[in-house]
Amino acid sequence: MVLAANLQRILAWWLIFLLGLAPLGWLTYLTILDDLGTDPVSTVVKFNGVWALHFIWLTLAVTPLKSWLKWRWIGRFRRMWGLYGLFYASLHLLAFAALLLEWRWGNVYDELVERPYITMGAGAYLLMLPLGVTSFKILMKKMGKNWRRLHRAVYVIAVLVLIHRYWQVRSDYGEVLVYAIILFILFGLRLWKPMLAWRLRC
Amino acid sequence: MLIKTPDDIRSSEIAPESIYHERRAFIGKSIGIAALLNAGMLFSGAAQAGERYPIKSGIPRYQGPAWLEDKLALLKDGPFPSDDELTPYLDVIRYNNFYEFGPKKQHPAKNAQNFRTDPWSVEIAGEAEKTGVFQLEDILKPHALEDRIYRLRCVEAWSMVVPWVGFSMAELLKRFQPTSKAKYVEFTTLVDKAQMSGQASAFSTIDWPYVEGLRIDEAMHPLSIFAVGLYGRAMPPQNGAPLRIVVPWKYGFKSIKSIVKIRFVEKPPLNTWQQIAPREYGFYANVNPDVDHPRWSQKIERRLPSSLFDKNTMATLPFNGYGEQVAGLYTGMDLRKWY
Repeated sequence: MVLAANLQRILAWWLIFLLGLAPLGWLTYLTILDDLGTDPVSTVVKFNGVWALHFIWLTLAVTPLKSWLKWRWIGRFRRMWGLYGLFYASLHLLAFAALLLEWRWGNVYDELVERPYITMGAGAYLLMLPLGVTSFKILMKKMGKNWRRLHRAVYVIAVLVLIHRYWQVRSDYGEVLVYAIILFILFGLRLWKPMLAWRLRC
Repeated sequence: MLIKTPDDIRSSEIAPESIYHERRAFIGKSIGIAALLNAGMLFSGAAQAGERYPIKSGIPRYQGPAWLEDKLALLKDGPFPSDDELTPYLDVIRYNNFYEFGPKKQHPAKNAQNFRTDPWSVEIAGEAEKTGVFQLEDILKPHALEDRIYRLRCVEAWSMVVPWVGFSMAELLKRFQPTSKAKYVEFTTLVDKAQMSGQASAFSTIDWPYVEGLRIDEAMHPLSIFAVGLYGRAMPPQNGAPLRIVVPWKYGFKSIKSIVKIRFVEKPPLNTWQQIAPREYGFYANVNPDVDHPRWSQKIERRLPSSLFDKNTMATLPFNGYGEQVAGLYTGMDLRKWY
């Protein structure tokens, strides 16, 4: 019985792990088919950026889903989704540097300083790095309270990512608005319970 | 006047034509061209017009009204021959900005297929002797159609080379006898929320209708054209059928599509993008590698289609390489100020 339950856990973990790789698999498939559309450079950069965003949003959805829908099982996947967020953000940055900048390092300063939306994206990425580095269980135990404090940076990261996307809008706010509303709800759910508790105490 | 091609394209960068066509046909099968093929406007019979540019079967092609097909049959070479390698037909019809049909570059091809472009009327208004509302057929009657191969540089730093079907803008404008007060020409796109899904979006930054303008001497320049087709055939709805302009030395957004009104005016019209973001888009919008868009560089462009391994990036030229013809229009003007 114990063995079967363990096997189930392992299979579930692998399933979720492979699902996280599915976007990359799809992109690779399209690349092999040479089917990335008329402007593949732009397609690849955007695709990885969008999936980084999706995984950050998913990571932020874990706590509300756990406490509101009582999905306790979801908690153990949060770290994986956070790391997938960093993984796709790294691919996004790599694609930007290799395909759009084509390694013209002389332009990096201009791009970073003169293009505010890139400053926001770079800021979000830099903040993600320490979270990725400290994601090992040993460090988590060692750092204790400080680990929790550090990982609250994810809220700042999400806001920076949203601004990064918003400042690229040319003609339509619809898509950014959807991401903003979801983020607003995810933030709101976190504030709701403590507020209720606070009122009951009074 | 001969338009020279930049000689910095290595011959190794150009795929042999046969391989190119094979690759394109293959892509055509897999990108959901099926959606395009389902549309009622498509014409899949034997090609009458357009023999100048054979198009592989399986890729959608478009037929205009009978009067236009008759004119297309008499298509002749235009005055500005070009050696630029053409952007393949499929890429021209599936990737462009036409915000009336949605904010993404695949939206026009997806959302414009049922756009009714015949019958079509155009209002001529403002400072001219002859004004009124005219049927498109009557407006175009005296003009012979020409094949005009132009580079198109989008303000977003990608570019294409398109064989337009069109004719001199000056010849048409002159017929309506603009007065001495006609210092500028203003163009307006159709507003029709029922047909144009992008106009129905509640979150668009654009205050419809889309408006563009040219100084009268720019409009009268021999490079400026009205276009009614591309690749030797009628204009696909997603590319601005049935009537658009093409001004090749300016960023693509100046070349307004699906025009319903042409107005001669004394003051410079406030064009749509200048209205939305005056810091980013001016009235002139001449292609200029020395003036960056505030959010990205204009020094280089990706000539589409590109691939991950051959990105086809090249230096952007002042006036999109048409400086020899048009620089004189701006003598004495500070092009950093008048971007």
